[in-house]
Amino acid sequence: MAQVSEELDRYLLDFERFETDGATRAASWVHELRTAAVARFAELGFPATRHEEWKYTAVTPIAKVPFTRVGHEGPALLSGALEHLNFGLSEGARLVFVNGHYSREFSSLRALPGGVRVGSLAAALTADSEGIKPHLARYARYEDHAFVALNTAFIEDGAFLYVSAGEVVGDPIHLLFISTAPGTASASYPRNLIVAGNNSQATIVETYVGADQAVYFTNAVTEVVVGENAAVDHYTLQRESEEAFHVATLQVHQARNSTFVSHSIALGGALVRNDANVVLDGEGGDCTLDGLYMATGQQHVDNHTRIDHARPHGLSRQLYKGILGGQARGVFNGKIVVHPAAPKTDARQTNKNLLLSGDALIDTKPQLEINNNDVKCTHGSTIGRLDEESIFYLRSRGIGVEMARTLLTHAFASEIISRIKVEPLRASLENLVGTRLNNDLPVEATP
Amino acid sequence: MLEIRNLHAKAGNNGILRGIDLRVNAGEVHAVMGPNGSGKSTLAQVLAGRADYEVTAGEVIYEGKDLLTMSPEDRAREGIFLGFQYPVEIPGVSTTYFLKAGLNAILKHRGLEELDAVDFLALIKEKTKILAMDQSLLNRPINEGFSGGEKKRNEIFQMAVLEPKLAVLDETDSGLDIDALKIVAHGVNALRSPARAMLVITHYQRLLNYVVPDYVHVLVDGRIVKSGGRALALDLEAKGYDWVKADAAMAQRTSA
Repeated sequence: MAQVSEELDRYLLDFERFETDGATRAASWVHELRTAAVARFAELGFPATRHEEWKYTAVTPIAKVPFTRVGHEGPALLSGALEHLNFGLSEGARLVFVNGHYSREFSSLRALPGGVRVGSLAAALTADSEGIKPHLARYARYEDHAFVALNTAFIEDGAFLYVSAGEVVGDPIHLLFISTAPGTASASYPRNLIVAGNNSQATIVETYVGADQAVYFTNAVTEVVVGENAAVDHYTLQRESEEAFHVATLQVHQARNSTFVSHSIALGGALVRNDANVVLDGEGGDCTLDGLYMATGQQHVDNHTRIDHARPHGLSRQLYKGILGGQARGVFNGKIVVHPAAPKTDARQTNKNLLLSGDALIDTKPQLEINNNDVKCTHGSTIGRLDEESIFYLRSRGIGVEMARTLLTHAFASEIISRIKVEPLRASLENLVGTRLNNDLPVEATP
Repeated sequence: MLEIRNLHAKAGNNGILRGIDLRVNAGEVHAVMGPNGSGKSTLAQVLAGRADYEVTAGEVIYEGKDLLTMSPEDRAREGIFLGFQYPVEIPGVSTTYFLKAGLNAILKHRGLEELDAVDFLALIKEKTKILAMDQSLLNRPINEGFSGGEKKRNEIFQMAVLEPKLAVLDETDSGLDIDALKIVAHGVNALRSPARAMLVITHYQRLLNYVVPDYVHVLVDGRIVKSGGRALALDLEAKGYDWVKADAAMAQRTSA
């Protein structure tokens, strides 16, 4: 392989340090898992753009920076700064991770029903390694994905959530990942495992934030197991620093008649790659993937989704919307695979993009692999600018041209925001998106 | 209030207005009629400031000011309202929200106090009554999923809220059944006042049974070829546009 050498060696060296002194003392199966994953990462290397799944996203900017894993000794936080990172979520439990490590000091686990276990993965690996063994790394395949392999090699901490059968968790559980950017280029590898038992229900919010201007690398993997007839509402709010790299995989496994909804809101980061993969592995599974990405300047945001319809009567709905300004580049690649054993599948995928400047760019690609005749599959994508008719209509009522443009752009985003079910979160995102539109994403007048 | 002098406009390379002269005073209702393609809608759009048309000659003086140099929003703020022939659907923006933004921009421009949510709601309630409008429509995205009649009613409703000095209604009657037409006409009549002028553009004389104009103008090939009172509309109804066209052609020959 061409690149290999130095860039990979750094990570292998980092791994050795991690295994010898940094890592939580772990059961032998965890050790074996890490070792196998790091070996796989060494084989795969950082993906090149000739790799079909990475065609539009060059990860060389990540490979070039000598990122190393941060230990527990990361700088302390000001607790005052935490409050505005709540996104209106004051009711439920909150788990805070600083540079990938669980912070007991800033977390609060109050008010959870008895059938819910929530805490750090590090604690679970120590206390109940056998309990998580059936799930951890069983769904997110590191064999095919270099960044999942890298994350798996550094499995140590993140959130572990187990909702017992029949348990309904009313308030959202907030997982807050903060990068504080110590002097060196730091990498963190959050690893989350969420298991929702049969007939259970839960709402999980993952947020990623970082100090302004800081250069760091977040490589996250979240595995979600949705039991029979269970319902999971999942949110990802990505507000990394404008210089940060963010690569995340959301891997979902759904049992019979389960419901899963993902809302992925990507606002920050210099180079961002999100993979959302869902396997509908039980009859009548229902999944919705909503996404909103807003990028400007030199930002690059890549969203890959893959839905595997493996059983009959599965339903999937995807709506991803992008707003791109400056010289930002967006990628949407949506794959739907209907397996032979999945008749009566009903899959729909939509990707809509709004380009606010002449230099913004989007590559959008649907991929349908249909191996059963008795299915309903549709996809569509649009790329456009603001509608001049609509702008004129608003202006003819006295609304200034700037405001008219902002209003229409906001309206474009609100289709996704309005589908957020957690009220305080929706309100705070409305504001956040509005601020971002006003400050960072001016609409360039069409020539 | 409005004086149009020798107005010429084109879209692309097509001259659509070829010398319009028209004077409208406060309190007057002028009907502009004409066959398809005569330039009726272009006149309305040019007055509202649509950029798709290029004014090549002539001027428009509105309340002593040069209208043609103003932006569309400034025209609205100065009191001009265009009722669209084809109102635009805008997903994601409710009528209430955008109308409040518009009204407050207008009030601010005039140095008046802006309305807060409570006062605005009260105003809306009052105006929906005039048009027998279902208030729930206003919380929906602008015109999205509205029937043709609902869209036109929404235009007149917006006019009632914004209380313009000069209303230009572009074929507000077309596509309406008789019941909807009566409601729309009632809304228009409710807004007639000595301080307000209206330019009612229509293809059919039917509307003028309900909104009785002070003057009727006939537009053919981008020029006003005939002006008169209410009776002119009835003549047009009876004889068709060919009659004025022939008349106009003859007049042109005579003058040449």
